Amino acid sequence: MASPVKTPGHVAAPGLGGVGESPLRPDGTLKVAGEFAYASDLWMDGMLWGATLRSPHPRALIRSIDIGPALALPGVRAVLTHEDVPGRKMFGIDHTEDQPVLAIDQVRHQGEPVALVAADHPETARRAMEKISVGYEVLEPITDPRAVIADPDGLKVQDLGGITRHQPVRVGDVAAAKAGAEVVVAGEYEVGIQDQAFLGPESGLAIPSDDGGVDLYVSTQWIHNDVKQIAPCLGLPEERVHMTLAGVGGAFGGREDLSMQIHAAMLALHTGRPVKMSYNRYESFFGHVHRHPALMRYEYGATADGRLLYADVEIVLDGGAYTSSTKNVVGNAASLGVGPYEIPNIRIDAYGVYTNNPPCGAMRGFGAVQACFAYESMMDRLGAACGLGPVEIRRRNAVSQGSRLATGQVIESPAPLADMLTRLEAMPMPPPLDPSDLRNLPGGVSQTTHGEGVVRGVGYGVGIKNICFSEGFDDYATARVRLEVIGGEATVLVHTAAAEVGQGLVTIQAQVARTELGVQKVTIAPADNRVGDAGSSSASRQSYMSGGAVKAACEAVRAGLLALAARRFGRTDLAVAGGKIVSRADGVLGTVEDVLGDAVIEETREYRHRPTTAMDPVTGQGRSHTQLALCVHRAVVDVDVDLGLVKVVELAAVQDVGKIINRTGVEGQIHGGSAQGLGLAVMEEIVLSDGLVRNPSFTDYLIPTILDMPPMRLDILENPDPEAPYGLRGAGEPPTLSSTPAIVAAIRAATRRALARVPVRPEHIVQGS
Amino acid sequence: MRVNVTVNGSHEVVDEVWEGESLLYMLRERMGLPGSKNACEQGECGSCTVYLDGVPACACLVAAGQVGGRDVRTVEGLAEGPPGDERLDPVQEAFLETGAVQCGFCTPGLIVQAHDLIGRNPAPTDAEIREALAGNLCRCTGYEKILDAVRLAAERTAAAS
Repeated sequence: MASPVKTPGHVAAPGLGGVGESPLRPDGTLKVAGEFAYASDLWMDGMLWGATLRSPHPRALIRSIDIGPALALPGVRAVLTHEDVPGRKMFGIDHTEDQPVLAIDQVRHQGEPVALVAADHPETARRAMEKISVGYEVLEPITDPRAVIADPDGLKVQDLGGITRHQPVRVGDVAAAKAGAEVVVAGEYEVGIQDQAFLGPESGLAIPSDDGGVDLYVSTQWIHNDVKQIAPCLGLPEERVHMTLAGVGGAFGGREDLSMQIHAAMLALHTGRPVKMSYNRYESFFGHVHRHPALMRYEYGATADGRLLYADVEIVLDGGAYTSSTKNVVGNAASLGVGPYEIPNIRIDAYGVYTNNPPCGAMRGFGAVQACFAYESMMDRLGAACGLGPVEIRRRNAVSQGSRLATGQVIESPAPLADMLTRLEAMPMPPPLDPSDLRNLPGGVSQTTHGEGVVRGVGYGVGIKNICFSEGFDDYATARVRLEVIGGEATVLVHTAAAEVGQGLVTIQAQVARTELGVQKVTIAPADNRVGDAGSSSASRQSYMSGGAVKAACEAVRAGLLALAARRFGRTDLAVAGGKIVSRADGVLGTVEDVLGDAVIEETREYRHRPTTAMDPVTGQGRSHTQLALCVHRAVVDVDVDLGLVKVVELAAVQDVGKIINRTGVEGQIHGGSAQGLGLAVMEEIVLSDGLVRNPSFTDYLIPTILDMPPMRLDILENPDPEAPYGLRGAGEPPTLSSTPAIVAAIRAATRRALARVPVRPEHIVQGS
Repeated sequence: MRVNVTVNGSHEVVDEVWEGESLLYMLRERMGLPGSKNACEQGECGSCTVYLDGVPACACLVAAGQVGGRDVRTVEGLAEGPPGDERLDPVQEAFLETGAVQCGFCTPGLIVQAHDLIGRNPAPTDAEIREALAGNLCRCTGYEKILDAVRLAAERTAAAS
C-alpha cells in the first residue's frame, strides 16, 4: 500500500497504580490532545469512501434495483447489491442468521441496507446513491407487538416471526395467593425506544490483505463475534479476516451487532482498495439496534402490612424485524422481572416479538431496565396502598444473601439491599434552590414564570442486574501477558481482544498487571483477533472476565519468573514485590531485571466464571446468572406543574461494587449510567409513526446536557463476591436501571400524576397520563 | 477551490477544496487534523468545537470557504512547546487527571469550550460552567467529572497567573 495507515497503536500506561488505586488512563493523554485514533479518524492514501443506500420504507417488496446510472457517475468505483455478497447472504448475532447483509427481495424496517457505493469522495458516494433506482412495492407495516402475540402466525414480518421468545416464570400458586391477598395493586407501564446515542458514529476502514482476506479496523464491542459473522458472508475463513479495534467513541450495547463491517469489507475486496465507512448521525440512528420498547402489565398482592404475596406480570418487548439479541433480552426481563424482592408466588410471561419497527437489541441494562421501571412503580403503588413510605415498603420485601430470585436461584454473595436503602435515606437532602436565579428553575433561562408552580418531589428506585453472560453460555475471556526487559527495564505487555469502549478497561488491565507482577511499566497492545476471544464489552463483564484473564495470565508469568529466580538463587521461598525478587527469610535478593536477563516469559490464559444453566422453558427456574449487582437511587426533582417542566435537582446513589478496582473509573460508571437513566426518565425516545422514525438527529432526539444532569452523591460499598477476581462486581449497568424509576417517582410525588410511561413528557405532567 | 488559512499558528494553503465542504471536513480529511470530531453535523453536540478568530465555533457549521484569511485553533493546537515535546494545556491536564475522559469523543470539543471559558472567566461558578458547556454533549461521564476538571483547571490557571 502507498502509505502507512493511521491506525491504533500500543498505549503505555503512565504512572503508578495497582488494583484499588486510580492511575491515569493509558489512552488519556492521546484523547485530551486530540490524537487518539478513533475509527472515524482512520485514513489511508488512495482510500475510497463507502456509503449505504437504505430503505425509506418499514415494509416493502423489492421489485427491481437499477444501479447503472450510479455506476456511470465519475468517481464511483463500485455499486453493490445482495447479488455481490461473496458468501452467505445472511448474518446475525447469537447464532440466528436472519438478517440479510443487503436486502434481497424485501425490506423489513426503515433504514435496512439495500445497496453499497464506493467513491473517491463522500459527496460523490451520496450523489451516486441518489441515482440508484429501487422499485418498491410498499406494504402495510406490522407495528403493534400485542397484535403479534395475539396472531403470531398471521402477522409474520419474516420466516421466524411472530414471537421471538416467550419465557414464562412460575413460582408457587398465584391463583391461591390472589384469594388470600389483603391488598391488591395493578398497573400498566410503557417504556419508549431508547437509543445508545454513543457520540462516535459507526466507522471503520477495510483494507484488502496480502493473503486474499481483509484487514478491518473498526469500533466494535466484540471482535471475535464480529469475525464469526463477517467471514462466512465474505466467503473467507475466519483466519483471513484480520480485525483490530479502532478507537471506540462509546458503545452502550449499540456496537454489539454488526453495522458497516461486512459492507466495508465487500467494497474493499471488490475494488482492491482501502475503503472507509463512517455514518453520520442520521444514519447512525438506523445503523444500530436500540433498547427494546416495552408494554407491561403488573398486578401485585400483599398482606395489609405490605409483605408481597404474589406478582402476576406480562412483559412485551418489541424486537423489530430481526432477532439480534432479543432472546437474551427476554431472558433477563423474565428472570429479573420483579426485581430484588422476595415474592412467594410469581407468574411472569415475558415475550419478544418481531415487527417492522426498528430492530432492537443490546443496550446498557439489557432487558432489566424496562421491567425495573414497572416493578419500582409497583412498589410505590403498593407502599401507598399499605400506608408505607417508599423506603419502608422496599426494605420490608428486600432480598438479602440467601434469598431466592424469581428463577429460584439463590443469591449466594452479599446483597445488602435493606442496608443500602437505609444509607440512601440517611444522605443529606439538597437545600431549596434560589428561585430568583432563573437558571435554578425547571426550564432554566427559558422559564417564563417566577417559579410559582414549582413543586419539589423525592423518589426512590432500586435495580438488580445480572453481570456476565447468562443462561448456560460458555462465557470466557483470554489474555496474553509477556514479561521482558526492554531498555534495561522490566516491561509487561498485555494483549487481549477486549474492547476498550471508554469504560477504562485498559486502565484496569494495567492495574491488574502491576499488582500481580510488581512491575511498573505496562503497555497495552491494540485489541485484535491475533489473540483468543475476550467476549463482549457488555453485561458489565470485562473487569470481571478480561480482568480475570489478565490476572490468570500474570499469575502464570509470575510462576515462570519465580522458577527462574529459584534456579538463580537456589531457594523457593520467593515472591515478587515492587520490582524485586524477595525471599521471605532474607528480604530482597535481586531485581526482576537481574533474574529475567534476556529471557522472555509469555503466557496465555482463558478465564471462565462459574457455569450458569438455562432457564426452564416452562417454569423459568434455573441458576441462570453468575453474579448479581444492586444499585439504589434517590432523586430530588423540582417540577413546574403548570408548564410540565422538570429539573432534576440531585441524584444520590448507593451501589455495591464488591471491590473498588479504580475509584475514578467506577464513579464515572455510576455518574454516566445514572445520566442515561435520567435521559430515559424525562427526555429520550425514538418516536415512531407507522414504523417510521420521526426524530433521527440530535436536534430531535435529546440526550442530557450538563444543564440537565444534576450533582450526584455517591456511596460505594465493597462487599466482596468470593467467586470474582478481587471480589469485584460488575458496575456499569446497575445505575442505569434504578435512576429512571427514582426520577419518575419523584415527579409523581411532586405532581400526583400516575406517569405510567417513560420518558415523561410535559403533557403527561400537565394533562395526566 | 484554494483556501488560505492559519491553523494552530501555521499558515496553510489547502487545494482542491469542494465548495460544499465544511471546515470540519477540511481539517479532518484534508489537513490531517482529526482531533475535532464529527458526531452530529448539526451544531448540537459541540464535538467539533474550534476557535475561529479566537471565538469557539462548531466547525461542522462553518463552510471551508468561509475561513479564508482567518485564524483557526483546534484541540491539537492547545499544547505548548516545540513539536515532539509539547506540554499539555492545564485544561487538557485537568480533564485527564479528574477522570473527565471516558470514551473521549466529546473531549476535544469540551476542552476547547472550557479553555475559552477559563480565558474569559478565570473563576467560573458551577452555574457558569454549566452554561458555558451546555452545547457540548457527553454520553459517558454524566458530566460530574467534567465539572471537576473545569474547576481544577480554573484553580491552576489562577494560581499560575
